[in-house]
Amino acid sequence: MTLLQLLLLLFLLICALMAGRIKDLISSVIIFAAYSLTMALLWQQLNAPDVAITEAAMGAGVTTLLLFAAISRTERME
Amino acid sequence: MRDLIIRVISRFMIPFIQVYGAYIVLYGHLSPGGGFAGGTVIASSIILYILAYGLLSEEKRIPEHFTRVVESAGALFYVFVGLLGVLLGTRFLGNSVAGFPLGIPGRLSSGGTIFLLTFAIGMKVASTMITLFSHLIDEEREEG
Repeated sequence: MTLLQLLLLLFLLICALMAGRIKDLISSVIIFAAYSLTMALLWQQLNAPDVAITEAAMGAGVTTLLLFAAISRTERME
Repeated sequence: MRDLIIRVISRFMIPFIQVYGAYIVLYGHLSPGGGFAGGTVIASSIILYILAYGLLSEEKRIPEHFTRVVESAGALFYVFVGLLGVLLGTRFLGNSVAGFPLGIPGRLSSGGTIFLLTFAIGMKVASTMITLFSHLIDEEREEG
Protein backbone atom coordinates (compact mmCIF):
# COMPACT_ATOMS: atom_id res chain seq x y z
CA MET A 1 0.00 0.00 0.00
CA THR A 2 1.51 3.28 -1.08
CA LEU A 3 1.61 6.60 0.77
CA LEU A 4 -1.03 8.05 -1.58
CA GLN A 5 -3.49 5.30 -0.73
CA LEU A 6 -2.89 5.75 2.99
CA LEU A 7 -3.49 9.50 2.73
CA LEU A 8 -6.65 8.92 0.71
CA LEU A 9 -7.90 6.40 3.27
CA LEU A 10 -7.23 8.85 6.10
CA PHE A 11 -9.09 11.64 4.27
CA LEU A 12 -11.93 9.20 3.52
CA LEU A 13 -12.23 8.34 7.22
CA ILE A 14 -12.29 12.01 8.25
CA CYS A 15 -14.92 12.82 5.59
CA ALA A 16 -17.12 9.88 6.62
CA LEU A 17 -16.99 10.84 10.30
CA MET A 18 -17.62 14.55 9.68
CA ALA A 19 -20.49 13.95 7.23
CA GLY A 20 -22.37 12.17 9.97
CA ARG A 21 -21.50 14.52 12.81
CA ILE A 22 -22.03 17.97 11.30
CA LYS A 23 -25.35 19.77 11.99
CA ASP A 24 -25.58 21.92 8.84
CA LEU A 25 -27.03 19.60 6.18
CA ILE A 26 -25.65 21.52 3.19
CA SER A 27 -22.13 21.26 4.62
CA SER A 28 -22.80 17.58 5.24
CA VAL A 29 -23.76 17.06 1.57
CA ILE A 30 -20.62 18.86 0.37
CA ILE A 31 -18.47 16.70 2.65
CA PHE A 32 -20.29 13.66 1.29
CA ALA A 33 -19.37 14.74 -2.26
CA ALA A 34 -15.72 14.98 -1.17
CA TYR A 35 -16.08 11.50 0.31
CA SER A 36 -17.41 10.18 -3.01
CA LEU A 37 -14.57 11.80 -4.97
CA THR A 38 -11.97 10.31 -2.61
CA MET A 39 -13.70 6.95 -2.90
CA ALA A 40 -13.57 7.20 -6.71
CA LEU A 41 -9.81 7.89 -6.56
CA LEU A 42 -9.42 4.91 -4.22
CA TRP A 43 -11.40 2.62 -6.54
CA GLN A 44 -9.07 3.64 -9.34
CA GLN A 45 -6.07 2.92 -7.11
CA LEU A 46 -7.53 -0.52 -6.34
CA ASN A 47 -7.66 -1.33 -10.10
CA ALA A 48 -11.46 -0.99 -10.41
CA PRO A 49 -11.87 1.77 -13.05
CA ASP A 50 -15.43 0.69 -13.87
CA VAL A 51 -16.61 1.28 -10.31
CA ALA A 52 -14.53 4.47 -10.18
CA ILE A 53 -16.37 6.00 -13.15
CA THR A 54 -19.74 5.06 -11.68
CA GLU A 55 -18.77 6.44 -8.27
CA ALA A 56 -17.52 9.73 -9.74
CA ALA A 57 -20.65 10.26 -11.86
CA MET A 58 -23.18 8.89 -9.40
CA GLY A 59 -21.79 9.66 -5.95
CA ALA A 60 -20.09 12.98 -6.56
CA GLY A 61 -22.51 14.25 -9.22
CA VAL A 62 -26.11 13.13 -9.18
CA THR A 63 -26.45 12.11 -5.52
CA THR A 64 -25.21 15.51 -4.36
CA LEU A 65 -27.72 17.31 -6.57
CA LEU A 66 -30.58 15.04 -5.50
CA LEU A 67 -29.74 15.62 -1.82
CA PHE A 68 -29.59 19.38 -2.48
CA ALA A 69 -33.02 19.23 -4.12
CA ALA A 70 -34.33 17.31 -1.12
CA ILE A 71 -32.84 19.88 1.31
CA SER A 72 -34.38 22.76 -0.66
CA ARG A 73 -37.81 21.20 -0.04
CA THR A 74 -37.16 20.69 3.72
CA GLU A 75 -35.02 22.43 6.34
CA ARG A 76 -31.34 23.26 6.19
CA MET A 77 -30.40 22.68 9.82
CA GLU A 78 -30.78 19.31 11.48
CA MET B 1 -29.02 30.82 -10.02
CA ARG B 2 -29.29 32.79 -13.31
CA ASP B 3 -25.74 34.07 -13.12
CA LEU B 4 -24.05 35.04 -16.40
CA ILE B 5 -20.82 33.16 -15.62
CA ILE B 6 -22.70 29.96 -14.82
CA ARG B 7 -24.71 30.22 -18.03
CA VAL B 8 -21.69 30.81 -20.29
CA ILE B 9 -19.50 28.16 -18.64
CA SER B 10 -22.26 25.55 -18.72
CA ARG B 11 -22.91 26.35 -22.38
CA PHE B 12 -19.23 25.47 -23.01
CA MET B 13 -19.21 22.41 -20.75
CA ILE B 14 -22.45 20.64 -21.66
CA PRO B 15 -21.40 19.38 -25.16
CA PHE B 16 -18.14 17.93 -23.80
CA ILE B 17 -19.94 16.19 -20.93
CA GLN B 18 -22.47 14.72 -23.36
CA VAL B 19 -19.79 13.47 -25.77
CA TYR B 20 -17.95 11.85 -22.86
CA GLY B 21 -21.17 10.21 -21.68
CA ALA B 22 -21.92 8.92 -25.17
CA TYR B 23 -18.36 7.56 -25.37
CA ILE B 24 -18.78 5.70 -22.07
CA VAL B 25 -22.09 4.23 -23.26
CA LEU B 26 -20.95 3.24 -26.76
CA TYR B 27 -17.60 1.77 -25.65
CA GLY B 28 -19.17 0.05 -22.64
CA HIS B 29 -18.20 -3.43 -23.84
CA LEU B 30 -14.57 -2.49 -24.57
CA SER B 31 -13.41 -0.04 -21.92
CA PRO B 32 -14.40 0.74 -18.31
CA GLY B 33 -17.88 2.13 -17.95
CA GLY B 34 -21.15 1.01 -19.44
CA GLY B 35 -24.78 1.90 -19.62
CA PHE B 36 -25.25 2.98 -16.01
CA ALA B 37 -22.15 5.19 -15.72
CA GLY B 38 -22.59 6.76 -19.16
CA GLY B 39 -26.29 7.37 -18.68
CA THR B 40 -25.55 9.09 -15.38
CA VAL B 41 -22.97 11.35 -17.06
CA ILE B 42 -25.44 12.31 -19.83
CA ALA B 43 -28.14 12.98 -17.23
CA SER B 44 -25.77 15.15 -15.18
CA SER B 45 -25.22 17.37 -18.24
CA ILE B 46 -28.99 17.88 -18.55
CA ILE B 47 -29.18 18.57 -14.79
CA LEU B 48 -26.45 21.20 -15.25
CA TYR B 49 -28.61 22.75 -17.97
CA ILE B 50 -31.61 22.83 -15.60
CA LEU B 51 -29.52 24.49 -12.88
CA ALA B 52 -28.15 27.14 -15.25
CA TYR B 53 -31.17 27.95 -17.40
CA GLY B 54 -34.14 26.87 -15.30
CA LEU B 55 -36.66 24.08 -15.51
CA LEU B 56 -39.01 25.89 -17.91
CA SER B 57 -36.31 26.28 -20.56
CA GLU B 58 -35.38 22.60 -20.23
CA GLU B 59 -39.02 21.46 -20.50
CA LYS B 60 -39.31 23.42 -23.74
CA ARG B 61 -36.35 21.59 -25.28
CA ILE B 62 -36.88 18.15 -23.75
CA PRO B 63 -40.61 17.74 -22.98
CA GLU B 64 -41.56 15.57 -20.04
CA HIS B 65 -43.54 13.07 -22.11
CA PHE B 66 -40.43 12.57 -24.30
CA THR B 67 -38.27 11.48 -21.34
CA ARG B 68 -41.14 9.27 -20.19
CA VAL B 69 -41.29 7.58 -23.63
CA VAL B 70 -37.48 7.16 -23.78
CA GLU B 71 -37.47 5.67 -20.28
CA SER B 72 -40.04 3.02 -21.16
CA ALA B 73 -38.48 2.44 -24.59
CA GLY B 74 -35.10 1.68 -23.01
CA ALA B 75 -36.55 -0.98 -20.71
CA LEU B 76 -38.68 -2.49 -23.49
CA PHE B 77 -35.72 -2.49 -25.90
CA TYR B 78 -33.64 -4.42 -23.35
CA VAL B 79 -36.40 -7.02 -22.93
CA PHE B 80 -36.84 -7.21 -26.73
CA VAL B 81 -33.12 -7.88 -27.31
CA GLY B 82 -33.23 -10.46 -24.52
CA LEU B 83 -36.25 -12.15 -26.06
CA LEU B 84 -34.50 -12.33 -29.46
CA GLY B 85 -32.38 -15.08 -27.93
CA VAL B 86 -35.52 -16.99 -26.98
CA LEU B 87 -37.07 -16.47 -30.44
CA LEU B 88 -33.92 -17.81 -32.08
CA GLY B 89 -34.25 -21.03 -30.09
CA THR B 90 -31.90 -20.56 -27.12
CA ARG B 91 -32.12 -18.94 -23.72
CA PHE B 92 -33.02 -15.37 -22.63
CA LEU B 93 -30.20 -12.91 -23.50
CA GLY B 94 -28.51 -15.63 -25.57
CA ASN B 95 -25.70 -13.99 -27.50
CA SER B 96 -23.30 -16.09 -29.52
CA VAL B 97 -25.29 -19.30 -28.93
CA ALA B 98 -28.25 -17.60 -30.67
CA GLY B 99 -26.12 -16.93 -33.74
CA PHE B 100 -25.29 -13.25 -33.36
CA PRO B 101 -21.90 -12.48 -34.99
CA LEU B 102 -19.23 -11.69 -32.44
CA GLY B 103 -16.89 -9.80 -34.75
CA ILE B 104 -13.21 -9.12 -34.23
CA PRO B 105 -12.25 -8.66 -30.54
CA GLY B 106 -11.38 -5.06 -29.75
CA ARG B 107 -13.48 -3.53 -32.51
CA LEU B 108 -16.54 -1.39 -31.74
CA SER B 109 -18.75 -3.90 -33.58
CA SER B 110 -17.65 -6.86 -31.45
CA GLY B 111 -19.61 -8.45 -28.65
CA GLY B 112 -22.87 -9.37 -30.38
CA THR B 113 -25.90 -7.89 -28.61
CA ILE B 114 -23.99 -6.40 -25.65
CA PHE B 115 -23.65 -3.13 -27.58
CA LEU B 116 -27.45 -2.86 -27.94
CA LEU B 117 -28.04 -3.83 -24.29
CA THR B 118 -25.62 -1.18 -23.02
CA PHE B 119 -27.31 1.41 -25.23
CA ALA B 120 -30.73 0.45 -23.82
CA ILE B 121 -29.45 0.75 -20.24
CA GLY B 122 -27.95 4.15 -21.05
CA MET B 123 -31.28 5.43 -22.44
CA LYS B 124 -33.18 4.16 -19.41
CA VAL B 125 -30.78 5.50 -16.78
CA ALA B 126 -30.32 8.94 -18.37
CA SER B 127 -34.04 9.62 -18.72
CA THR B 128 -34.75 8.24 -15.23
CA MET B 129 -32.21 10.61 -13.65
CA ILE B 130 -33.60 13.61 -15.54
CA THR B 131 -37.19 12.75 -14.52
CA LEU B 132 -36.12 12.19 -10.90
CA PHE B 133 -34.36 15.54 -10.60
CA SER B 134 -36.98 17.62 -12.42
CA HIS B 135 -39.75 16.08 -10.28
CA LEU B 136 -37.80 16.84 -7.10
CA ILE B 137 -37.20 20.52 -7.83
CA ASP B 138 -40.57 21.22 -9.45
CA GLU B 139 -42.78 22.95 -6.89
CA GLU B 140 -46.05 23.30 -8.73
CA ARG B 141 -46.47 19.87 -10.28
CA GLU B 142 -49.01 17.81 -8.35
CA GLU B 143 -48.46 14.16 -7.57
CA GLY B 144 -49.52 11.39 -9.97
